Amino acid sequence: MAFDKMELKDIEVWDGNYAAAQAMRQCQIDVVAAYPITPSTPIVEGYGNFKANNYVEGEFVMVESEHAAMSGCIGAAAAGGRVATATSSQGFALMVETLYQASGMRLPIVLNVVNRALAAPLNVNGDHADMYLGRDSGWIQLDAYCPQDAYDLNFIAFKVSEDHDVRLPCMVHQDGFMTSHTAQGVHTLSDDVAYGFVGDFQPMNDMLDFEHPVTHGVQTEEDWHFEHKARQHNDLMTKVFPKIQAAFDDFEKLSGRKYNLVESYDMDDADVAVVCMGTSVETAREVASEMREKGVKAGVVGLRVIRPFPFFEIAEALKGAKAIATLDRSSPGGAPGMLFNEIAGCLFNTDDRALLSGFIYGLGGRDLTKKHLVEIFTQLQANVDAGKVTTSLQQFIGVRGPKLQFL
Amino acid sequence: MANRGWDEFEIGAMLRTFDGKIDDIAGTNQEDRAYSKSSSFSASVADWRIEKPVFNKDFCIDCQFCWVYCPDMSIIARDKKMIGIDMDHCKGCAICVEVCPTNPKSLLMFPEQADEEVELAQWPTKEKKEK
Repeated sequence: MAFDKMELKDIEVWDGNYAAAQAMRQCQIDVVAAYPITPSTPIVEGYGNFKANNYVEGEFVMVESEHAAMSGCIGAAAAGGRVATATSSQGFALMVETLYQASGMRLPIVLNVVNRALAAPLNVNGDHADMYLGRDSGWIQLDAYCPQDAYDLNFIAFKVSEDHDVRLPCMVHQDGFMTSHTAQGVHTLSDDVAYGFVGDFQPMNDMLDFEHPVTHGVQTEEDWHFEHKARQHNDLMTKVFPKIQAAFDDFEKLSGRKYNLVESYDMDDADVAVVCMGTSVETAREVASEMREKGVKAGVVGLRVIRPFPFFEIAEALKGAKAIATLDRSSPGGAPGMLFNEIAGCLFNTDDRALLSGFIYGLGGRDLTKKHLVEIFTQLQANVDAGKVTTSLQQFIGVRGPKLQFL
Repeated sequence: MANRGWDEFEIGAMLRTFDGKIDDIAGTNQEDRAYSKSSSFSASVADWRIEKPVFNKDFCIDCQFCWVYCPDMSIIARDKKMIGIDMDHCKGCAICVEVCPTNPKSLLMFPEQADEEVELAQWPTKEKKEK
């Protein structure tokens, strides 16, 4: 069946959701199985609109839950097609069981996750609770800071995920509302150029290859399970980064837009650094520039790839920094926080012995303001001057009530 | 196969039914198909069984009911004639016996250790219908 192409301006005013929907349309997906949930709803709504208006050739399957949505994607991917969907928060939580199936079965599926808090209390706004919930699921996780990133990283996701040396599903994260519902100028690719970048889907071990029948989703016990998980981890650790880097390089040649495994801003001579993700990266960059005007050598490190975790790349980016703050936007549930733990892990065996402190912020969509970041950078400089961490290792910022700090 | 390392198998939780390419699989008898070692056809599950079906061809009318109903494809038929049971895959569920319409039945269940020759020699006779 023929489908129509869409004429796009060089720069369109899109929010993160519409940017993701447009990228999905341009990738010519075979099957989208989806169930809407705030704040990701406009992605599949927009995609459904493209389908209804003949801009999409593939199938759009409306299912009864997010569990069914990912199950449908798994079936379609095992059958041998290009597959994607989108979700948030509670829907993501319901999907978790099938996320492990998708990655263990080594199926290339792209999942747009519009980050939102997890209940209770019920909350529709953006934090990274769902992103953190998925971090052991064996998926690749990419993080967008703005609508432009959300658009571009979808192409990267398909290209890396479907590579026969990778064959791992990939999430593209964007912050609920702050990215998903904030319209910005987005530089577009034409339909032909965008599709040319991701290329035709190349099936592998597909069930529709009737001359080579396969059984997908087999059971293994203590005699085989460990080997399968080890293989998956090996491929995450060794095969994904080179492919992401190659995709970033190709994409830069195509679009002029450069992405890195770890994004560093003003880090060359930085004494103090903030490590964060999502929209907070842009706020932190702005404050870091302002701190430099006040004489504080401030820098920012943003994670572009969350899984696999860029262990050495982050250590390299933070090299020379004397005091570092990690900003976790997820309730840490009785621990220091994912970024604190993992950054500590990658710095522990380095010679720098940087002073590390952790911050919990922005839960349930609470704003992270420039004032907060000024306080953090100021604290970090005080730590540098004192030669030790002068505060508790874990502090809550932006929460009402008496100062909350631990460790 | 059980001793292979993590880098010595195809990725994904998948298994291949056949070694290499297949074409006319429907027209090829099971014993002539190139089943892979990972196909369940290559594994015996005979030890799951505690009772076994014994087939008495003297009473069989080749109605194929047992072949149709067997959940493990363990009834072996050729040219629509029942010729025996695949004892590597029969799990002793007795559905074949249940659906067998002949009088006496052409399939009956016996303990796994029963001697087939002995049981065939003392097979039940036709039951008379009660008026």
